[in-house]
Amino acid sequence: MFEIIGTYGKLLMGAMGQTLLLALCGLFFGCILGIIFGLASVVDNKISRAISAIYVNLIRGVPMIVLAFFVFYGVPYGFKLVGIKFTLTALQAGTICLALNCGAYMSEIIRAGIQAIDPGQMEASRSLGMSYWRSMFRVVLPQAIKNMLPSIVNQFIITLKDTSILSVIGFPELVNKAQNVIAITFKSFQTWAIVAVMYLVVILTLQQVANALERRLSRDR
Amino acid sequence: MTDNIKIHVENLCKNFGHQTVLNGISTDIYEGEVVCVIGPSGSGKSTFLRCLNRLENATSGKIVVDGCVINDKKTDINKVRENIGMVFQHFNLFANMNVLKNLMLAPVDLKKATKEEAEKTALHLLETVGLSDKAESFPHQLSGGQKQRVAIARALAMNPDIMLFDEPTSALDPEMVGEVLQVMKQLAADGMTMIVVTHEMGFARDVADRVLFMADGSIVEEGTPEEIFTNPQNERTKDFLSCVL
Repeated sequence: MFEIIGTYGKLLMGAMGQTLLLALCGLFFGCILGIIFGLASVVDNKISRAISAIYVNLIRGVPMIVLAFFVFYGVPYGFKLVGIKFTLTALQAGTICLALNCGAYMSEIIRAGIQAIDPGQMEASRSLGMSYWRSMFRVVLPQAIKNMLPSIVNQFIITLKDTSILSVIGFPELVNKAQNVIAITFKSFQTWAIVAVMYLVVILTLQQVANALERRLSRDR
Repeated sequence: MTDNIKIHVENLCKNFGHQTVLNGISTDIYEGEVVCVIGPSGSGKSTFLRCLNRLENATSGKIVVDGCVINDKKTDINKVRENIGMVFQHFNLFANMNVLKNLMLAPVDLKKATKEEAEKTALHLLETVGLSDKAESFPHQLSGGQKQRVAIARALAMNPDIMLFDEPTSALDPEMVGEVLQVMKQLAADGMTMIVVTHEMGFARDVADRVLFMADGSIVEEGTPEEIFTNPQNERTKDFLSCVL
């Protein structure tokens, strides 16, 4: 165990760095997608609601590993068929997959969070002359976000763990690198135990930060 | 009371799907007039009120407030709503803000007043509804009657010339009805144009200039409180009043 840490510790830490980088990219664009499609699914417009529903159902209905293979291998091949040279790096493809995936689930969290707020809040705000979006941002969302926070944190953790799936397209994140280490040392028990602990430490830290945030938000009520 | 028409409603109809809720409502409401709308549940009273500031879109007909056609898509409804305060049955105070912020949000956000002006107005309004000491409280810390008085103050903070009340005392404990009605009486005495959907017949009798009795989506009978309460003409009105009085 200790010789693996001694010899490959640096390599695995670097791989964790890559995992965090990928997770951060995925979460950043995933949140943007989630907010856009989440809001699109609550506004009074059939077309935007339909587009949002199609996106969510499509992504939820396809396993992420299939999405990863499709984006990394399928899409460039599709371009090649029509005579266009197009490739994605593993980081780009990984970010797209994570963002699409995370965005779909975030969109549902945001939709549910907004719909859980009493419609009377929106009506009262509108009756004072505030526009739909002003009411949304000043009255409805501040209340909704407080309720959404646990689910959002949950989704962040899931997305962080989902980066491991992208080892299949050769992105040098933790699981990918751990497989390399095992290929050299054959010490799979020790290596996977180390990897598990590394994920655990990062996620527990994230959880602590989230708890502190939640406490702060619920204090000013 | 002057003779200026404040709200003109002409043949207002509202359907929810295949269900007709309002079936050709026509009436004029004058400046400074207090109109109480009474009638059985499901008669369309609330829908009628909510059409007046387009919280519900009228299916057909015409509503004119201060010369603006409310149910015209081109009308900037937000601008019109600044002039029409509304008080709801379930208060709908903004749960994430304290009382003072509830009153200041719209005036400051819509640039009707600076923060300082809005705060001054808000504190003054809280004084008039007898809740000066609750400025820093959050809605969940208030009783029903206090919430509704804050809701009235919040609507007044925009300095509207029309106030709509949608069953303002129906969700209150009997003990708290009085304090809310007292505030409304004062408002009426100050010359506010008010439309009040209510089951408080005592209030309608004492304060209203005119009472509309609605049933099945139509105004069945209208007149002064005296005419409606002591000498109703229509059978439907008589039935209703014999049940509630």
